[in-house]
Amino acid sequence: MTFSKPQKISFSIFVLTLISLYIVLPAKLGNFLIPRLNFKIGNLDFSKEIELKQGLDIKGGLQVVLNADMKDIAGSDRTSALESLKEVIGRRVDLFGVSESGVKTALSGNDYRLILELPGVTDPQQALSLIGQTAKMSFALPIYTPGKTASDAATLTGFNPTDLTGADLQRAQVTFESQDRSPAVSLTFKESGKNKFSKLTKDNIGKPIAILLDGYPITMPTVQAEIDSGSAVITGKFTTDEAKALSVQLNAGALPVPVTIISQKNIPATLGADSIKKSITAGAIGLSMVIFFMIAYYGKMGFIASIGLVLYGVFTLTLYKLIPVVLSLPGIAGFLLSVGMAVDSNILVFERYKEEIRAGRDWRVALELAFGRAWDSIKDANTATIITGLILFNPLDWSFLNTSGSVRGFALTLILGIFISLFTGIVVTRNLLRLFFKGKTNIQNK
Amino acid sequence: MNWMRHISIYFFLSALIIIPGIYSLARYGVKPSIEFTGGSRFTLISVKSPADTILQSFKEYAPILESFDDTGLTIKSKEISQETVQKNLDLLKTTNPEIQLTNFETIGPALGKETIKKTVNALIIASVLLLAYISLAFKQLKYGICAVLAMFHDTIVLLGSFSLLGHFWGVEVDLLFVTAVLTILSFSVHDTIVVYDRIRELSHKNKNVDYVSLINQAVTETMARSLNNSLTIIFMLLAMFLMGGETTKYFSLALLIGTITGTYSSTFTAAPLLVVWDKYFGSNK
Repeated sequence: MTFSKPQKISFSIFVLTLISLYIVLPAKLGNFLIPRLNFKIGNLDFSKEIELKQGLDIKGGLQVVLNADMKDIAGSDRTSALESLKEVIGRRVDLFGVSESGVKTALSGNDYRLILELPGVTDPQQALSLIGQTAKMSFALPIYTPGKTASDAATLTGFNPTDLTGADLQRAQVTFESQDRSPAVSLTFKESGKNKFSKLTKDNIGKPIAILLDGYPITMPTVQAEIDSGSAVITGKFTTDEAKALSVQLNAGALPVPVTIISQKNIPATLGADSIKKSITAGAIGLSMVIFFMIAYYGKMGFIASIGLVLYGVFTLTLYKLIPVVLSLPGIAGFLLSVGMAVDSNILVFERYKEEIRAGRDWRVALELAFGRAWDSIKDANTATIITGLILFNPLDWSFLNTSGSVRGFALTLILGIFISLFTGIVVTRNLLRLFFKGKTNIQNK
Repeated sequence: MNWMRHISIYFFLSALIIIPGIYSLARYGVKPSIEFTGGSRFTLISVKSPADTILQSFKEYAPILESFDDTGLTIKSKEISQETVQKNLDLLKTTNPEIQLTNFETIGPALGKETIKKTVNALIIASVLLLAYISLAFKQLKYGICAVLAMFHDTIVLLGSFSLLGHFWGVEVDLLFVTAVLTILSFSVHDTIVVYDRIRELSHKNKNVDYVSLINQAVTETMARSLNNSLTIIFMLLAMFLMGGETTKYFSLALLIGTITGTYSSTFTAAPLLVVWDKYFGSNK
């Protein structure tokens, strides 16, 4: 038994739909549990339900744009100072235990910025007063309290501050040891720190010195000898990445950058939840109106197109979950708008079909001609939409175009919508029509 | 049907919408949101005092009352920090024991200016790219120019409408509105291309028919598609405008206005412009 091409394609579409439904549907539908498959691709664990990522405007939270004041930092050090700042602030954010928080750096002209997203923060003011501080680094001597018995190891119980601080540090850099090329971190002190460091090392040979950032020790090297040259090297069994991470942290103290808030947005979670509920209702009503219209106007063909439309929704949600697309309110608007546009390819084809029928062609011929001839318009028209979509999305991060998250969210859903709608509007609907549609045979066949 | 006989009516209809819009744009401009001007907006709940008392306590920051209803009192002001708002609220606590800050949003003026610049850049780049793309796809500059002119028509209708809405109902233009404008640019062109595409196809088929009749035929043949397609989009947008959340309400309205004018312009602006072009430059034969 052999299958025709439309049958094979329709079968593939059917399989694709099942896979998509598996991803889209919640693990529990009423009392019915969907059995989970046990496999993983990269970070995606298909044995669990894959969550739809919600944007800050839906989940609620705090969004802040910080401007880094670089006037005291030499031009060549600014990029690394921004990286260090991101590291420091990122760590402070982590202290809040906010899940899925994000810290991004952004360059705009001569302005160095950090964009923070903290979903679910309920006390923005407290969060900001902690996050917005300038990094403080200090060198300190660890205090060990001996264990109760001789066999217990001594425990670290505190730090004795010294007069050496991050302000005395010129910079930190990754270096490689001359003997075995193993990565290490070099410290260069300013004139002000040279003597302090020399004295500190002299007094503490064989003992550890802690370097604290915001009060937390980031490293505790042991002094090997007195260092009076003003430059030291911290060795250890570092990987290159570890050495790099340490130098970034040390630079946060050496190149302290004060930050100011240039934009802040607190979004209460209830507002988002309310908006999304309304958007979903609106979407459902809009979609049913579209389906009703298509069936009323195009009959059987409209019904098949509606199946294509529902599949469009399923496939889109699947991709949102897999990529993942962070769903924001403008993103939902983009999705709903693309539903309207998805129908367009169908309408173009169906109108074409009617014309071919009027021209006296058999329905089978008319159907194939309609898809072929409508393609030119569909292609050109959608290219135009993709062009604007790309300008809005700004994929190369050009600083003269918008980089706002909400605009990008909209653009991404619109672009995805176009590609998926081309697939469902052309491939899916065409094959379903070939299989299930029967037109009236033209009596006056020529 | 001889659509192109009534070109002057179509242009008159467009003018009827566009001229008040341009007048309003020139006279009142649009009402930019704090995303463009910089400034702050915040909402207070459990307010007992009259709105004036509250505004008075923020008077250094040029406060403007935006809304005051069951859900809270929303104030728009010059840039203010959340700390300052909180301090002022503490002072108000004697008369409003449960007063609380819910929404807070602030944007520095530098960021606002930058947004305007980026928006203008996006509009220029989009126009140039679409002009180039259509001219290439149709192998004649006139298609590109006429399509972009129709696109400007739609942009002006949209901007004009929001200028009027801003003047009479205080509707603001924000970053989402910009997104809507850019989307409408592409929708307008999308729709125009379908009509032009039919003109191109017909001109290959019937070499001996004059250009105006070709356009007439193309418009007739694409009319049903154009209307049906717009109807489906309008269904979606209308639902979103009427029932969607507050955040995207005017965004949906902008898209709705744009879709309607976009549909109108592809048939009644873009196609007639080709006729006018042919009359004056007559270079297509």
